[in-house]
Amino acid sequence: MFVLFAAFPALWMVITVFKSDADLYNPYHNPFIFNLPPTLKNVEFLFTSTNFTVFLWNSLFIGIIVVAITLLLSVPAAYSLSRLVGRWGQHSSIAIFLVYLIPPTLLFIPLYEIVSLLKLANTVWSLILVYPTITIPFCTWLLLGFFKSVPREFEESALIDGCSRFGAFLRIALPLALPGIATCIVFAFALSLSDYIYAAVFVSSTASRTVSAGIPTELIRGDIYYWQSLMAAAAIVTIPLAVAYGLLFDRLVKGFQGDIADDKAAA
Amino acid sequence: MHAGVADRDGLLGMLMLAPAVIYIFILVAVPFFLAIALSVSDATVGDPHIHHFVGLRNFIRVMHESAFGLGLRNSIIITFASLLLILILATAESELLVHNFRGKKLVQIFLILPWAMPVSLAAIDWLWFLDSEFSPVDWLLRSVHLLGPGTLLGPANHLYYFGREWLGLASIITIYVWRLLPFATLIVLAGRTSIPRDIFEQAEIDGSGFFRTLFRITLPALMPILVVASMFTALLVFGDMTVVALSTRGGPGYTTQVLPYWAYLKGIDGGALSEGAAIALFLFPVLLAGSILALRFAYRAESR
Amino acid sequence: MATLELRGIKKRFGEFYAVDGVDLMIAEGEFLAILGPSGCGKTTLMRMIAGLEPPTVGEVLIGGVPVTHLPPRARNVSMVFQSYALYPHMSVAENIAFPLKARGMPKAERETKVQWVVGLMGIEALVKRKPGRLSGGEKQKVALARSLVRDPSLFIFDEPLSSLDAQVRAMARGELRQLHDRTGVTTVYVTHDQLEALGMGDRIAIMNRGRVCQLGTPRELYDDPADTFVASFLGSPPMNMIEYDEHILGFRPEYLLPCGTADVPEGSIIFKVRISQIEFLGSEWLIYGVLEDDKNETKLLAKVQPAVAGELRAGKQHDFMIDRSRLRYFGKQSGLRMPGPV
Repeated sequence: MFVLFAAFPALWMVITVFKSDADLYNPYHNPFIFNLPPTLKNVEFLFTSTNFTVFLWNSLFIGIIVVAITLLLSVPAAYSLSRLVGRWGQHSSIAIFLVYLIPPTLLFIPLYEIVSLLKLANTVWSLILVYPTITIPFCTWLLLGFFKSVPREFEESALIDGCSRFGAFLRIALPLALPGIATCIVFAFALSLSDYIYAAVFVSSTASRTVSAGIPTELIRGDIYYWQSLMAAAAIVTIPLAVAYGLLFDRLVKGFQGDIADDKAAA
Repeated sequence: MHAGVADRDGLLGMLMLAPAVIYIFILVAVPFFLAIALSVSDATVGDPHIHHFVGLRNFIRVMHESAFGLGLRNSIIITFASLLLILILATAESELLVHNFRGKKLVQIFLILPWAMPVSLAAIDWLWFLDSEFSPVDWLLRSVHLLGPGTLLGPANHLYYFGREWLGLASIITIYVWRLLPFATLIVLAGRTSIPRDIFEQAEIDGSGFFRTLFRITLPALMPILVVASMFTALLVFGDMTVVALSTRGGPGYTTQVLPYWAYLKGIDGGALSEGAAIALFLFPVLLAGSILALRFAYRAESR
Repeated sequence: MATLELRGIKKRFGEFYAVDGVDLMIAEGEFLAILGPSGCGKTTLMRMIAGLEPPTVGEVLIGGVPVTHLPPRARNVSMVFQSYALYPHMSVAENIAFPLKARGMPKAERETKVQWVVGLMGIEALVKRKPGRLSGGEKQKVALARSLVRDPSLFIFDEPLSSLDAQVRAMARGELRQLHDRTGVTTVYVTHDQLEALGMGDRIAIMNRGRVCQLGTPRELYDDPADTFVASFLGSPPMNMIEYDEHILGFRPEYLLPCGTADVPEGSIIFKVRISQIEFLGSEWLIYGVLEDDKNETKLLAKVQPAVAGELRAGKQHDFMIDRSRLRYFGKQSGLRMPGPV
């Protein structure tokens, strides 16, 4: 039943994509079936007559760079917390997650100021600068759980075999953490895609907008909502994300389980 | 051979941790203090530099507007209502997900879809789903004669989901519940699977039925996790502005306004940066209290 | 190959001393077993020798050179972990080559050495496999190969046989000891299994609560235990202990013999025992009993050969004798070994 509740609006979204105007806007038609033949016109519209592709490209560009920054900073940080700084490091998991939960609505105004002062307002770089504040805490949290689950013995063996601490990190811990890093890449990308507040506030020119902020503004011209194309855009973005998240479902559960095991150990 | 930096755990640890910490500090802690500074200044979008300090004038001004009271009320109502529903549903859902069944992967994809979907797109999706003219829900209600002239929910042929105060609030709550249920379920599931199976098997042998097990065993064991899940979820709902921004826009009037969105309207749209900052800061005590509670509960979880 | 010396080693965690003053001197080529129950500090001690933990107080010297604050890689020590710690993402060959690679040895030289040690251990067939596809015994061989490949000064074994099946264990014990004899590397072998320690060690250091209770050859520890802890830890089943005035009297079950029809030999002491249970263990019998006329109702065990078990019955009383020279005396309060007759 939950699947129904969760999936319903989503399915509706997909169906809408393919409906023709005449069919959709007739209140007497059953909305769940195609009373008139389905059409690709709306999808076409999305790609040819709107800036959707621009948005996609921007989001992609931002996403990739943000992922790179995130990995560069989160991976060493997570490793450090899990191995190198003593008990408090290992138990900092929940605290890190809380940093992730700090809402953008608290910080967006001063950040807007900072961004303006740096003359980055209205460019994609403002977002590239700010998104890691969301992705780094989340990925560090995820990786922390991950590194903690790699048995220490492998690195200790490497130390005895002749590696320095850092060498053991590079040659042993890192390769073993590859699945966790892959998960991080997916989430960092998804998180930077999903944000609305920073994207809407920092960037106003259409050419630099992301998918998240651009779609609502672009496809709502005045009072007219281009529903089908809106839904098409939403579907195109959501489906890959949902699949990715769904497949990594268990990983996320494990991440939280790590926190819980922590508490049991601490008590 | 002597020990270099690459060997000294403590030093290496600090070096590896530093970049992330510095980054977060600069872009989170500094803006926070800046927010405080802004809220007691007279900065505007036109002139974003802090010239004068005006004390608590912004706070007082803001509190006198009708939008403030409504915004606060709504933020609280929405957060609590969503929280309650989410907790109940998440617990139920995690009970189901503990067991393996065929097609579980597919189900997981569908279940997590609401959280995976970017907020703005989700809001738009629901906007259409509950559209005042073409909502399929209305259509369904009409076809079972619950809507329309002479029916329970009538007399109009449509329900104005986003155009009324209480209906609007209900719709917003529904969206949050839909969106955050997967998130909460993940956390609760993590807790649920940490309970050793033996306990349940013992209960089964002792003859405990489904509900008895649920209330006497599962829920008490889950309590700390439920608290943590509530805190996290509450933080996310309380601090969000996107859903309201894209659905009711706070209307009609200010009746479905929430604090974060109002801060945006005042600060960015309206140009009064300092007032916007002041409003946003009202969020802070709640968030701080929530975080501290979450941390304390999480850390003393098993000390009984 | 080198000597190992520990001077005044202490390790403190908060208020708790995991290791509370250890002095040891291990000769070149010696096989020293460090034996003790879990929590006695042997693992912590081992980690300090390896360099994985620094001691709070004290010095570690390898080959006469102080290494106390050097990282593991500077100590030329090899270690075999309980779980073998074979790198899961590398093949067997890469695992073995790893220590050489970490030290920057050129490829050709590496390959020669790897081949040599693979031949020594007889694991040519496993070279390309990944650790996930090896059996317990195979993993052990690979772990040994990896630790041999670089010619270390010191070997450390951390309970290496505990993850093997009981059947395989006895064989593995023999093989390990043979390997040591062939290569002649100074070895520290940490275990909680007294059979392993007794069977393999040149000397045994038995630890309890962070201290070394006794250091000596297996015979010395078995026949002349320094205190009640050592006496009861070694030997299966453990030593009998009877309270007697201010002393504790100890004697091993295998020396307690039932009195038969023959005369009691000179210098024996007689105990009246009420037998409670008799266990047949194949090669011997285990007699459980209670000492008669004893206010403590001390339980006694006798390990008896089948030939002598004869007419012993549960529930009956029987006389048992023991040669005086087999008795060991311990102080009641201290538990320490004392000389002296009674």
